[in-house]
Amino acid sequence: MSDSPIAVEQHEHRPELRHHFATVEQQRDSATLGMWLFLGTEIMFFGGMFCAYLIYRIWYYNEFAAGSRSLDIYLGTTNTIVLICSSLTVALSVRAAQLGKRGLVIILLILTLIFGLAFLGIKGVEWYDKYKEHHIPGSSFDAGDLVREYPQLHIDQSHEQIYFSLYFAMTGLHALHMIIGVGIFVYLLYHTWKGLYTPAYNTPIEIGGLYWHFVDIIWIYLFPLLYLIDRKPLR
Amino acid sequence: MFDNFPLWPVAASTGARNVDALYIFLVLIAAFMSVAIFTMILIFALRYRRRKGVHAEQIEGSMALEITWSVVPLGIFMVIFAWGAIVYFQERTPPRGANEVYVVAKQWMWKLEHEEGQREINELHVPVGRDVKLIMTSQDVIHSFYVPAFRIKQDVLPGRYTTAWFRATKPGTYHLFCAEYCGSQHSGMIGQVVVLEPAQYQAWLSGGLASGSMAQNGEAIFSQLGCPTCHRFDTQGRGPNLKGIFGKPVQLEDGRSVVADENYIRESILSPSAKVVSGFKPIMPVFQGLVSEEQLTALVAYIKSLSSGPSGAASTPTEPSAKP
Amino acid sequence: MATAAVTAERENYLNKEYGIRSWLLTTDHKRIALLYLASITFFFFIGGFFALLIRLELLTPAGDLVQADTYNKLFSMHGQVMIFFFLIPSIPAVLGNFLVPLMIGAKDLAFPRINLLSWYLYITAGLVYLHCIVMGGVDTGWTFYTPFSTAFSNTKVIEAGIAIFIAGFSSILTGLNFVVTIHRMRAPGMTWSRLPLFIWAHYATSIIQLLGTPVLAITLLLVVFERAFHLGIFDPTRGGDPLLFQHLFWFYSHPAVYIMILPSMGVVTEIIPCFARKRVFGYSAVALSSIAIAVFGFLVWAHHMFVAGISLYSAMIFSILSYMVAIPSAIKVFNWTATLYKGSISFSTPMLYAFGFIGLFTMGGLTGLFLAALGIDVHVTDTYFVVAHFHYIMVGGAVMGYLGGMHFWWPKISGRMYPEGWGRLAALIVFLGFNLTFFPQFVLGYLGMPRRYWQYPPEFQVLNVLSTAGSTILAVGYVLPMVYFLWSMRYGKIAPDNPWNAAGLEWKTTSPPPTFNFEEEPVVTWEAYNYDQLPEPQEVSLER
Repeated sequence: MSDSPIAVEQHEHRPELRHHFATVEQQRDSATLGMWLFLGTEIMFFGGMFCAYLIYRIWYYNEFAAGSRSLDIYLGTTNTIVLICSSLTVALSVRAAQLGKRGLVIILLILTLIFGLAFLGIKGVEWYDKYKEHHIPGSSFDAGDLVREYPQLHIDQSHEQIYFSLYFAMTGLHALHMIIGVGIFVYLLYHTWKGLYTPAYNTPIEIGGLYWHFVDIIWIYLFPLLYLIDRKPLR
Repeated sequence: MFDNFPLWPVAASTGARNVDALYIFLVLIAAFMSVAIFTMILIFALRYRRRKGVHAEQIEGSMALEITWSVVPLGIFMVIFAWGAIVYFQERTPPRGANEVYVVAKQWMWKLEHEEGQREINELHVPVGRDVKLIMTSQDVIHSFYVPAFRIKQDVLPGRYTTAWFRATKPGTYHLFCAEYCGSQHSGMIGQVVVLEPAQYQAWLSGGLASGSMAQNGEAIFSQLGCPTCHRFDTQGRGPNLKGIFGKPVQLEDGRSVVADENYIRESILSPSAKVVSGFKPIMPVFQGLVSEEQLTALVAYIKSLSSGPSGAASTPTEPSAKP
Repeated sequence: MATAAVTAERENYLNKEYGIRSWLLTTDHKRIALLYLASITFFFFIGGFFALLIRLELLTPAGDLVQADTYNKLFSMHGQVMIFFFLIPSIPAVLGNFLVPLMIGAKDLAFPRINLLSWYLYITAGLVYLHCIVMGGVDTGWTFYTPFSTAFSNTKVIEAGIAIFIAGFSSILTGLNFVVTIHRMRAPGMTWSRLPLFIWAHYATSIIQLLGTPVLAITLLLVVFERAFHLGIFDPTRGGDPLLFQHLFWFYSHPAVYIMILPSMGVVTEIIPCFARKRVFGYSAVALSSIAIAVFGFLVWAHHMFVAGISLYSAMIFSILSYMVAIPSAIKVFNWTATLYKGSISFSTPMLYAFGFIGLFTMGGLTGLFLAALGIDVHVTDTYFVVAHFHYIMVGGAVMGYLGGMHFWWPKISGRMYPEGWGRLAALIVFLGFNLTFFPQFVLGYLGMPRRYWQYPPEFQVLNVLSTAGSTILAVGYVLPMVYFLWSMRYGKIAPDNPWNAAGLEWKTTSPPPTFNFEEEPVVTWEAYNYDQLPEPQEVSLER
């Protein structure tokens, strides 16, 4: 693979080849490794919050259950489907790029962007609902509605605020990564349209795709952890 | 300025001597290792300094040496670890029957209350030769109760109790420091521990304006807050009978079993639905915000006293349960 | 005699282009290294200035130089500036950036533009932190413990947190660049077992930067949110847990200390073979010990929390693991010592710093054994014993390694020799000043003087006076290299390609190197530290 030494004289002249690399393969392998390492750091980044979530869910299960139930499961499920579809279009776009089908790549990237923006839109609706219900942590936080709705859970409002703090921190950070992803894909769309990517060189689409898949996977974890804590019918 | 220039702290507790023994052992090891390495480097540097016509000998390495100087230090380290762990275990395991003192730390003072009801600020009077156990909490930020002469230190946290203990061996006055940075006057949050001969200590105890022992105060607060309405001692009330529960396991309604220690009592008062006793309904009112830390410690002392005779030698568990 | 030689200069990375744009928009790893050099030196002096004020205050038991609140800010910002804006970038961002491509035979790092981005992130972070200082500073201690930082402090906690958050990303990207570079950009024939141990050290450091720093980032972010929106994640009055903060914080901050020490261990491992004229003893052991330190370093964080309220049993686990992590460091010290055996040793400035490193790191590391011992830690944690321990490693170790490396590679970086006599004198002054500053603090710690104390009982004064005296000497030792390095850029002797006859690819190109490092891509057919094949160097001149 690309860990092996590269022959000295094989310096190709390709417009996309940056001068400090010897070959396009070296450049591509470096970019891919770089993206995988970056995604590793992202796992650690989200990991801190998953750790806090784990501990507080064990300690304050009732409040987490009530908070989870207060989320709109239909919107959450829709968003999950939206993101999975977007990962499909991303994967297909990488394949299309490898096959040199520029038109198809453009269509798929546009679809991805539509899915991504749909996700963000639905997320915005959900957050607005939380705002109306006074579930946004801070000085105006009030989970009295949950206290009344689930008297058998004996909800402590400060514990409930922790659930929602983690909810907003986790979905907020995820949404921020989605926004960055949308930006990346606008960039990719533009460069595809300009004809920059070929079967021989489509690394940006490949590593952009990796990033998008990662953001999707984070959501696949967030969805059950936040929305599906305790959905069975209450006694 | 140069009056007192100590180089070694006074050792005034049983634990202090244990710590000092381990410390001296470590100093000897560290000194020996440092001197050995420095000497070897010095000898090599002189013996093998650059000379005309003399070349370095290229030595690859030696598996035998690598293993030796990995395994031997490991062995020494395990000895140190074990010794340190034993000392730590002793430090963190208060003996049964200790005198108990409740400590409430706040920015920037120490408030202490003896079982007998004596209150002190920034000073702690104790008798020599008796085990003393400190049950501590903070009203605001994290502090740390540190008495160098006893070699004890324990962070004092808001929201829960932590404990420390010692048995003083020498009458005298010793520094008490706050050892966890807590804001503006962190370095002013100091005081002293005054160790008295038993007779002097008794005199001191009875000399103050005690308004009843902590347990007695706790009993009064217990009544004022209406606790006996549900927590009856004569018949089965709406709440569990608290006689004799302290230090014993409690079966909870969700199947768990916990030991009824200081932290459990405190939590049950402030957040009663967290751990509901099996067979009871979660109807106890929440007292968060309605009781001060001092009232809480008095209530804890009272409930402890229900597990023993009036003398106060309670069957205490040795350590309030720690969260991970 | 020194000559400001007016020979026809070959084109190199310094004279290829002039003008501020060519520096601020460079993607040349060597220029970026110098950008970092200037910036971290600036912050070193800011942090050093705070240290000087701290030591001056501590001359007397009473708090009479500054107010308590000011003192609290001084030690907090001294720690944050030194750790996040000096130590963590120092060797990787200056020497690592400069040397990693050269040592492996590459033209640049894998991602030169990301390298420049790293520097700009660092500068942004630095500006935010400077603004924080100017607007009143932060007084939480460098450790930001909650609930003090989230609910009680009246200082610029949010700004400081944001600054460090941004600096963290600079660190992460540098680490990412190094890992990809070392994997993918090695010259033909440069196999893993032929890599200089400096590279192995930076590889291990980069792994820690990649995996650990993001956890600090999220922790600081949560602290900022909690403070800004009055959340309760770490606040017990709102259902949170202050110990959760400590676990998350130390999960990064302990591996961070290995980020700070591993690179300087790498530097020492280059210097000693060169000035003993023999290959390193136990190459594989030294290489693997770097990796072992990186791995084990992630398993010991709660040894900072032995009295924090964790359970007895977790304390024991962390204690035993802390002894495990000491073993690889011990292995390095033994291997360095063995490298001297039957060598041909000369005492140039870099070698003096390397000797100083071994001595002081050994002492600092041995005192770590004290702290890992649970029974002792109860007495000495949060006292000056800990302060002395980590300064022995960070200053006696990391900074001496950094200075040794700066002297060793200065000819390569600048094309000039520094004045050897002054170099040796400064090394000696640093060594003596350092010991006088910090050794008394071990005694103070065992006596019971807590750390972060603005005022203290009178019986601690004599030792504090000794410490302050040492710090003034240390300051002189640090100023000297600043002066003569600058001096040498104009008046220093022109350096040959390989003034030390050292092994390593970086010495096979000119001093300073051309922009793309090598005239021809090197092909490596020899093992690392091939001192058997290299001639003896000329005697290192003591001329000014």
